[in-house]
Amino acid sequence: MLTVLQASPSALQIVWFLLVAVLWIGYFFLEGFDYGVAMLIPVLGRDDERRRRVIINTIGPTWDGNEVWLLTAGGATFAAFPGWYATMFSGLYLPLFLVLVGLILRGVSFEYRAKRDDLRWKRMFDTTAAVGSLLPALVLGIGFANFVKGLRTGPDLLLAQGFWSLFNPFALVGGLLFVSLFLTHGAVFIALKTRGEIHDESRAFALKSAVVTVVLMVVFALYQNLAYPASDNPWFNGSAVTWITSLLAVVAVGAAWWFTRADRDGWAFLATGLAVLLLVVDIFVKMYGTLGFLPTDPAHPLDIMTASSSPLTLKLMTIAAAVFVPIVLAYQAWSYWVFRKRLSTANIPEGAH
Amino acid sequence: MDAEIIARWQFGITTVYHFFFVPITIGLSMLVAVMQTIWVRQGDEQFLRLTKFFGKLFLINFAMGVVTGIVQEFQFGMNWSEYSRFVGDVFGAPLALEALIAFFLESTFIGLWIFGWDKLPKKLHLATIYLASIGTLLSSVFILAANSWMQNPVGATYRNGRAELTSFGALLTNPVFLTALPHVLLASYMTAGGLVAGVCTLHLTRMSKEQAAGNVVRNGHTLTADEVAGDLRTYRWGAKFGAWVLLVASVFTIASGDLQGKVMTQVQPMKMAAAEALYTTEQPASFSIFTIGTLDGSRELFSIRIPHVLSFLATGNINGQVKGINQIEQSYAANGFTQDNGAQTDLQKTYAGVLKNEPVKLTPNIPVAYWTFRIMMGLGFLGMIIALWILVALRGGRTPRPTRLWRWANIALPFLPLFAISFGWVFTEMGRQPWIVAGVLPTYTAVSPSVGAFQAGLTMVLFTLLYGVLAVVEFGLIIKYHKAGLPDVTEALVSDDEDAPLSFAY
Repeated sequence: MLTVLQASPSALQIVWFLLVAVLWIGYFFLEGFDYGVAMLIPVLGRDDERRRRVIINTIGPTWDGNEVWLLTAGGATFAAFPGWYATMFSGLYLPLFLVLVGLILRGVSFEYRAKRDDLRWKRMFDTTAAVGSLLPALVLGIGFANFVKGLRTGPDLLLAQGFWSLFNPFALVGGLLFVSLFLTHGAVFIALKTRGEIHDESRAFALKSAVVTVVLMVVFALYQNLAYPASDNPWFNGSAVTWITSLLAVVAVGAAWWFTRADRDGWAFLATGLAVLLLVVDIFVKMYGTLGFLPTDPAHPLDIMTASSSPLTLKLMTIAAAVFVPIVLAYQAWSYWVFRKRLSTANIPEGAH
Repeated sequence: MDAEIIARWQFGITTVYHFFFVPITIGLSMLVAVMQTIWVRQGDEQFLRLTKFFGKLFLINFAMGVVTGIVQEFQFGMNWSEYSRFVGDVFGAPLALEALIAFFLESTFIGLWIFGWDKLPKKLHLATIYLASIGTLLSSVFILAANSWMQNPVGATYRNGRAELTSFGALLTNPVFLTALPHVLLASYMTAGGLVAGVCTLHLTRMSKEQAAGNVVRNGHTLTADEVAGDLRTYRWGAKFGAWVLLVASVFTIASGDLQGKVMTQVQPMKMAAAEALYTTEQPASFSIFTIGTLDGSRELFSIRIPHVLSFLATGNINGQVKGINQIEQSYAANGFTQDNGAQTDLQKTYAGVLKNEPVKLTPNIPVAYWTFRIMMGLGFLGMIIALWILVALRGGRTPRPTRLWRWANIALPFLPLFAISFGWVFTEMGRQPWIVAGVLPTYTAVSPSVGAFQAGLTMVLFTLLYGVLAVVEFGLIIKYHKAGLPDVTEALVSDDEDAPLSFAY
């Protein structure tokens, strides 16, 4: 067991907590709309192969790079907070298995659906893409709500509660909120990236799903701040911050609705993206210091200090992040610029590839 | 079965499966980049066809590599939480850097390559496949640095109840890493070369036969004489190119493997002894081609041997001493875990006090270590022989005779280096046992205590089923696109027309 040598976290530990949060923000911002788009294939694509292909191709060139944000969040947690990685991944074993199954199914689906000229084959992969996107959205929503609530750890630093205890009412609100927010984020993304009928119908969908998302976001904000207030957090009394960020997230989804109605696709997309960002900030403010764990034995806590790597490792990783994160952001942004053109059914070539 | 055994099996199944796709991704991305370079420089459309043909096979394979790789990143924490907790300060960094530096590069530029034909200028588009390929190389750098550290834990010390990093540079100058990196990369090029050579030779042979019969049909229409000549010329080029890549890569694979053997003898003497089923120390040591030992693995019953060869492989000296299993066990009882010359890494030295209290059965599974080592080499050599055969059969514009043996040799060719790599990894990982970190952490102490046999068993069964189904789908697509042969191509041009059809769309 690690001995606690200092009373408050070092600057490096704080930096890495923030960086892990940034990686999750990047992941949910980018894959959030990917999940939404894939879930909408059967809905907005109807039974029209060309429409379905337009929808898939809005994310075709970039979804894989977006997914790497999750891998980097996982890897960075492993490197900077091995204790957090070890307890989280072993403790949330079955939920993470479901996330993996989802990611496997959807990744293969995009690449393989067009590889046979057979409608049943394509429909099958559209279904697995949608289900494979629903699973991680739902499970990670449930998971992060549980971190907000706090997961109990024993003196062995392992998770001390079982699989079924994860399905509490607050967590289910979190799961539904993630799914609904990503559907809205995805719908406004499709609107931003398409022309014609699909554009109009995705806007109509976003107008409806934004209303549902506002309601869920309000419930989540109130439930969180009243039942699991950040003032309970011994590391940082962030209750003012969590009230503000969670309510601003409600406003952001409302703004997305308003911009969508005003036919301002770009602004609507920024608004749903801002809502995602505010929600993740809200969650990580609550998790600051505790990492979302509640030690049953206060003498053996798993937290930002006991879970962290040594100063040398954190320093090396900080240098690597300072150099490479801007480079990654630059070329990912460039790839979005390359594929900036809006698509319509006119752009879809004949035949399978 | 208890949870630990299941976790071991799960790691074995998911990792071996993942590594079917990795060598092809590493090797074929570069070979496709070379084909596209020739097209860009010479403007010969046949090379564009070749690029698109192998590009398609590459992408079908790439998708599987990506999705099965995510499982790898997660399962250290899921099934091996106490390993992760103990080594994360050292082992986590290369994994994080792999995602940050390699995966982003690879995935972003693959997307640009697939969809960018009509979006990017020709040369910039060519650069994207190189960048993606460099991404795969960087990925292997980090993952092999991490794995090599498990074989020889340098640059770390035991502090605060765990392994802590003292020098990241030591991880990158670890002799195990410096020899494993070229070995794995070159073996990947062998695999990709074998794939290109095998596929092209099969087409060349079939088409030559059809040409002799006077009727070449593809996708329902009869090809003109010009089309046939173009296809034959292209397949012939691909067959020779692939065979040369395989042969050249294999020379370096053998050379780096030889260096690896010497490093292994030094840092993991037990692994070398197990690989040779060498029970008692020999000087000079002979290389056994075939050995049968007792069931409990303590004694040899029968063997066929070549004198001096093992001494040379292990030490570089034909009269060098190679320690036997029994002597290494005695030495462990007296001095704890040491390298061949009695040295220890800092982590091994500082952890020895804790390790003393852990019961450890020192020998890996000897038949597995012995046979996987030999099967690895045997498959690699067989691949080289077939590649050589292709070059001889095609020399000076000759047409190969379509015998059954020829056909099966070409079908087998891509799989020989591929399976050699699988056996090599099984040897590397199972030969390291009982350690998860050599000389430091016994594997049984590393498993997740909070994951029961039911959970681990359930996910193992489901992963295996899912992977099985995906294997059928993947292999079916590879066969389909292999059989379709070289595609008809039109060069994609950058267009401003907003209704222009995309050059590529899912």
